[in-house]
Amino acid sequence: MTTRTVKFKIYRYDPDKDAAPYMQDIAVELDPSDRKLLDALVKIKAKDDSMAFRRSCREGVCGSDAMNINGKNGLACLTEVDSLAQPITLRPLPGLPVIRDLIVDMTQFFKQYHSIKPYVVNNTPAPEMERLQTPEEREELNGLYECILCACCSTSCPSFWWNPDKFVGPAGLLAAYRFIADTRDEATNERLDNLEDPYRLFRCHTIMNCVDVCPKHLNPTKAIGKIKELMLSRTV
Amino acid sequence: MVKRLVVGAHYGFRDWLAQRVTAVVMAVYTVYMLVRVACLPAYDNTAWRDLMAGGFTKYVTFLFALALFYHAWVGVRDIWMDYIKPISVRLTLHVITLLALAGYAGWVAQILWRL
Repeated sequence: MTTRTVKFKIYRYDPDKDAAPYMQDIAVELDPSDRKLLDALVKIKAKDDSMAFRRSCREGVCGSDAMNINGKNGLACLTEVDSLAQPITLRPLPGLPVIRDLIVDMTQFFKQYHSIKPYVVNNTPAPEMERLQTPEEREELNGLYECILCACCSTSCPSFWWNPDKFVGPAGLLAAYRFIADTRDEATNERLDNLEDPYRLFRCHTIMNCVDVCPKHLNPTKAIGKIKELMLSRTV
Repeated sequence: MVKRLVVGAHYGFRDWLAQRVTAVVMAVYTVYMLVRVACLPAYDNTAWRDLMAGGFTKYVTFLFALALFYHAWVGVRDIWMDYIKPISVRLTLHVITLLALAGYAGWVAQILWRL
């Protein structure tokens, strides 16, 4: 592959300078080794260092570079630039306040994550070695613990857009089920109590945008369904 | 009133479950009625009246209507909860919805049992 020019339309907003956000047309020359969208963004930033976006690990582990790519949330570092229709439209994650350009304020997202107590609660004295699980019990956590908290799912969820202060959101609920499913955790009932609320859990109307966009191919909708199943089994 | 964000109404599951149960009731009723209508001896007013005048048909039709109204209550309330932010407006809409549905339930009973 030779050098190619890729066209972008990028959301720009610097609250210190701009009265309102605007879309900027940018064309960038990419080398054959520039395969991912993040490579292109790094090139753009080298040309115009006022462009702001988050990035860190550049391999889909840190979850920093989540953004809205051609209308769909995803990680810039995992998205093949050549797979995208041009001009590639980049916007910040929808539904969260914009700090600058592609950077959003994730406070609300993490507030919801912390509200489900994302840690094992176990008040029995710790054994000498470790709290053991059977391979089957450990298997339960697969598909749950891998979440990197990039917020692609929660910010693609209309219920989270309308009620970000009250609805935990898919990422938070996936994490909630991760600890409910953990046999070492002793706070299952308290966790279910914490979620039995028309807003916190039941704003989910199972439209599955979260499943569609998750860059780690996780399934928050399934986890939410399992939380509801547990509520059913303790009610009936 | 202090401006604190409050959640923890401790309901939600009941309504979520009720929405599913009422959906099943409505689905079963729809199949039952389709079969009954398909088996009508003739497609005229008398046959239709005879079908609807039966005690069992009245009973299941009323159950269907109640299931429909409960289902609609949860669904419409969800819309108010999603989109209407001021609590006073939301409460008013909730009450109007409830009153309308209760009225419809009475109306259905009146229609069914006047036959």
